[in-house]
Amino acid sequence: MPEQLVQFYAVYGSVINFIGINALLALSLNVTLAAGMLSLGNAAFAGLGGYAAGVLTLHFKMPYVASLCGGALAAGLVGLVLGLPVLRLRGVFLAMATLAFGEVVRITAVNLEITGGAEGLTGIPNVTQTWMIYLALAGAAYFMAVMRRSRLGWALVSMREDETASACLGIHITYYKVVAFTIGAMLAGLAGGMYAHLNYLITPRDFGFFIAVDLLIYNIVGGTRVWYGPILGAALITALPEILRGVGVTAGPIRMAVNGLILLLVILFLPNGLASFFTRFRPAAAKAETA
Amino acid sequence: MIDLRVNNLSRRFGGLQALLEVSFEVTRGTVHGLIGPNGAGKTTLINILSGVLSPTSGEVFYRDQALHRLPAHRVAAVGVARTFQNIRLFPTMTCLENVQAGHHLTARRPLLPRLLRLPSAGREDRQLAVHSGEILARVGLGGKASHLAKNLSYGERRRLEIARALSFSPSLLLLDEPVAGMRRAEAAEVANLVRSLAGEGMTILLIEHNMSFVMNLCSRITVLNFGRVITTGSPEEVRGHREVVEAYLGSGDPHA
Repeated sequence: MPEQLVQFYAVYGSVINFIGINALLALSLNVTLAAGMLSLGNAAFAGLGGYAAGVLTLHFKMPYVASLCGGALAAGLVGLVLGLPVLRLRGVFLAMATLAFGEVVRITAVNLEITGGAEGLTGIPNVTQTWMIYLALAGAAYFMAVMRRSRLGWALVSMREDETASACLGIHITYYKVVAFTIGAMLAGLAGGMYAHLNYLITPRDFGFFIAVDLLIYNIVGGTRVWYGPILGAALITALPEILRGVGVTAGPIRMAVNGLILLLVILFLPNGLASFFTRFRPAAAKAETA
Repeated sequence: MIDLRVNNLSRRFGGLQALLEVSFEVTRGTVHGLIGPNGAGKTTLINILSGVLSPTSGEVFYRDQALHRLPAHRVAAVGVARTFQNIRLFPTMTCLENVQAGHHLTARRPLLPRLLRLPSAGREDRQLAVHSGEILARVGLGGKASHLAKNLSYGERRRLEIARALSFSPSLLLLDEPVAGMRRAEAAEVANLVRSLAGEGMTILLIEHNMSFVMNLCSRITVLNFGRVITTGSPEEVRGHREVVEAYLGSGDPHA
């Protein structure tokens, strides 16, 4: 049995790693989605974290964990500075502003020398192990699950439901938006750092527009309302090419079509994503709580 | 004792003068009515008092604290709660969760003890759930705790909004048409609730079009028309006031 497991890991190890990284990124976006904010900037925050971690390792000879922390902090700091002006925008306007921010990050990475230009930053030691990714994911998932029942979580969900009513209950809307945005940026930065240390190199293409949209798709497919939703979505969509290969369909252009089909089916029939398969009995649980 | 003082309050929306030099006072522990024809500026006034809108000029003092420059969340922190004419619940939360969410100002619910699994977090959650359940029972929604807010009937939604407003134990409650669309029996229950809240010392300012509700419940009434105060007085005084009758029924003068 262990031998089969080793064999499975030898074949699918990289998919397993990418599921973990993508799930972390999906969770990072979920922090802001929980508050009803549609941000397309989290891929760029991951890029920032990845580049920062890479630069800290290559130029400042920092150890692995320190470089990851540095990457997360750098992304969080930029998130804080960006969040203060940008979070006055809502809906589509916020999405556009964060999308523009993503392009700024990408173009900056292409043109700076310290980021290695269009070629990217190469030679980053690949020390990220599968268990490290899943340890970080477990930590992030635990944080998200607990956060929902905390002061911060109640405020974020209230804001998603109705901002004006929330403000009239004493919730400082701007403050909680900036906090959520910054936490999301830090989590994305951490994932980006782990990615950089997994992949030897990091290039501007790794965190472009399509990645930003993918993070949103993970959340929609998995469900935004519970902590495991984004993880389910990331796992399914990331593993999809392998699953398709398993049933005899060669991946490639078909993959995008199947992605689109899954997204369409979920939006039409599962408004709360795949997670709704597990949350069906929630009202009964709530009743038990009050009894 | 005067709790709320509104002093020369004006608000202009572009070319529309929604409120013009509105002044009145509300006594602590009383139910004060705010009436007037549609478009008189009643909801604009409540929006300014709760910090949702800022006035063009004028002042609002609540227990000597100036409210007119505070944002909504700071007004709430002073102890002012409100409901909305166009009901603003948290639709995909249950009734109990709506009231639990309303506890932002009085609950602590800190993140760190939760991450560390300290027992204090669970204790606080249980206390909040019990308190929220009591508030729901008080507005007559005790049996609906686990129902989603969006699935409630219209009258139930209005009552849930009152419950959520009560969750942080405010001292001033602003109700924007609390019994609109309610059946007579349901409205009578809300009247009893409002009366008992005032009996406990809460100050209540309410907008309502249902005249028998207002006349029976309020000790003082302010009448607005075209953004101005026509009069403030007891229900009897207001009912007999010539301008009030004209505002509601129209005057005999075709050029007025």
